[in-house]
Amino acid sequence: MKSVEELMAIKEKMKGNVVLRNEADGIRVVVGMATCGISAGARPVLNAFVEAVNDLDLAGKVTVTQTGCIGICQFEPVVEVFEEGKEKVTYVNMTAEKARRVAEEHLRDGKPVVDYTINNTSL
Amino acid sequence: MIRSHVLVCGGTGCTANNSTQVREALEKEIAAKGLDGEIQVVPTGCFGLCALGPVMIVYPEGVFYSQVKPEDVPEIVEEHLLKGRVVERLVYNETAQQAEAAAHHAATSLSETAFYKKQHRVALRNCGVINPEVIEEYIAMDGYFALAKVLKEMTPMDVVNEISKSGLRGRGGGGFPTGTKWKFALGGEPGTKKYVVCNADEGDPGAFMDRSVLEGDPHAVLEAMAIAGYAIGADEGYIYVRAEYPIAVKRLEIAIKQARELGLLGKDIFGTGFNFDIQLRLGAGAFVCGEETALLTSIEGNRGEPRPRPPFPAVKGLFGKPTVINNVETYANIPQIILNGAEWFASMGTEKSKGTKVFALGGKITNTGLVEIPMGTTLREVIEEIGGGVPNGKKFKAAQTGGPSGGCIPAEHFDVPIDYDNLIAIGSMMGSGGMIVMDEDNCMVDIAKFFLEFTCDESCGKCTPCRIGTKRMLEIMNKITSGQATMDDLDKLEELAAYIQANALCGLGNTAPNPVLSTLRYFRDEYEAHIKDHTCPAGVCRALLSFEIIADKCKGCTLCARNCPAGAISGAVKQAHVIDQDKCIKCGVCIQNCKFDAIIKK
Repeated sequence: MKSVEELMAIKEKMKGNVVLRNEADGIRVVVGMATCGISAGARPVLNAFVEAVNDLDLAGKVTVTQTGCIGICQFEPVVEVFEEGKEKVTYVNMTAEKARRVAEEHLRDGKPVVDYTINNTSL
Repeated sequence: MIRSHVLVCGGTGCTANNSTQVREALEKEIAAKGLDGEIQVVPTGCFGLCALGPVMIVYPEGVFYSQVKPEDVPEIVEEHLLKGRVVERLVYNETAQQAEAAAHHAATSLSETAFYKKQHRVALRNCGVINPEVIEEYIAMDGYFALAKVLKEMTPMDVVNEISKSGLRGRGGGGFPTGTKWKFALGGEPGTKKYVVCNADEGDPGAFMDRSVLEGDPHAVLEAMAIAGYAIGADEGYIYVRAEYPIAVKRLEIAIKQARELGLLGKDIFGTGFNFDIQLRLGAGAFVCGEETALLTSIEGNRGEPRPRPPFPAVKGLFGKPTVINNVETYANIPQIILNGAEWFASMGTEKSKGTKVFALGGKITNTGLVEIPMGTTLREVIEEIGGGVPNGKKFKAAQTGGPSGGCIPAEHFDVPIDYDNLIAIGSMMGSGGMIVMDEDNCMVDIAKFFLEFTCDESCGKCTPCRIGTKRMLEIMNKITSGQATMDDLDKLEELAAYIQANALCGLGNTAPNPVLSTLRYFRDEYEAHIKDHTCPAGVCRALLSFEIIADKCKGCTLCARNCPAGAISGAVKQAHVIDQDKCIKCGVCIQNCKFDAIIKK
């Protein structure tokens, strides 16, 4: 080790790795992962969120986690976004591509993607 | 892309409860489900809640599972890791409500439970958070940045001043100001050979905080020793660790190897020309080797015996050279002080005791384990809130702190803020931080005898007051617990105790009478009951007990007579039985077997 920069490079490389272990704070993205969700393709959605959060350097602010059946199986994969002080946003019929867009526009820029929300889908 | 971390405790307590098998089962099951690219299993150091081991925590949700068995693993993987359904039955009951909240997507937090809420983790900050066998994880938690800071931006004097200003005092027992110690070792001719030593010979019965730091965050100790080396001008360090701590030894070896590979130990660290390397020395488990001069003598290859001070090690220590010797927990605080500043550290604690202290909670307490609290927390908060109180509805009697060198604190001092000076004022001491909780079933005379037996055994024999004095004290204690003592013996005991305290060569002897003196101070009535009434109020000292059968309650079932190993019980079937007191060996088997509560112990 010849310089602090080298040490910093290791820290930066590992940061995404350990940041996951902080107490949940900020935005929470919850993917429905019950049998219905998984069969409807929730796994690629979950992974797409994890990757996007990392690519966009949001790991310290956004937690991606999973939950059981939310109860609206016909709309799976369902993703809910929680943020302190704001109303919950529920996205339905998600795909990996849609997840990427939600990550960029909603999680990073703070503008929910209304096209995909449950309010925009006739029940 | 990793989306979830499963942290499995790899501390000694959980390892003894098969956490290694749990971890292996997890890895296997996760791979079988094809989740190995998404979920990472991380072995960590101690979480602190040893009573509930093996413990694991799943991030990002922060769900805390306790008492996990290898058989539980498939369910956890299938339900939680794959489908996101928390396995409620395994969730630590205090977090269970929060786990339910988590299922409804509210934030959940282990740090909000009673066990963790009042804790403040400085020395243990990385224990249970990082994988201690991966140096990069330590670096990700700002590891080795304190070393970089002192080498690049501070003079040795700055470092010593910063440590002095923080108010850090030795965590091994004595409570000597660390900065002052370092200052003594400063100076001398340029090029004087000096040493930095880490005292990891944790020997107090019931204390395991140093072991947990070494097992959970070994790099923090290495980094702090390098900082100390820079501050006093030493290029060589030794860690003296007990051979009975195999996990700690293994992780230290790995940590030293990794630090050398990255050039964080060795020559020309950070290109500043500073050289520092560390070697391990394994102790054979002699209690006296935790005493600093005995420890240094042992590193030199001699029999571990103390030598008179002064000269203190800072002047003439290892191999006759100036040496700084600090305890593991003391070192674990150093990088944090350098990174966050002396003011930050001094803002925690009381006027004369700054920062936090780790205690090993044991004995009659619900949450056995490790807790780190700011100095000045009261005993009540530690025992009732963090520790969950005395189990089985029993009444709290006393807490023993400071191990064989310390004393017992009775309930009347429950609200004294814990710090170095307050504990000494009430006749105990901080020691290394063992805290053994005792309830109404513990005999205080017996407890004092237990600790005295320990120091008597562990006395190295070099000085007469300790070698012979503790032996004579123990003989008197044996007389008391067998009901053969007179009140004169109590006076002799006190006289002898004062003599040993004043004349023994080292800390082991100086403090050996403390358990007896503190119990005499607060529980003299129990001593007197043993001597005058020949009874043991707590029903512990066997020689003073007698077993009797209440004729009215006895149904003559013969169960006691058939189980008595001494053949001391006689009586015909369906007739009340009788115990022959001359034959009775007071083993208590009859009480355990009686179905009618007809036998009493007095």
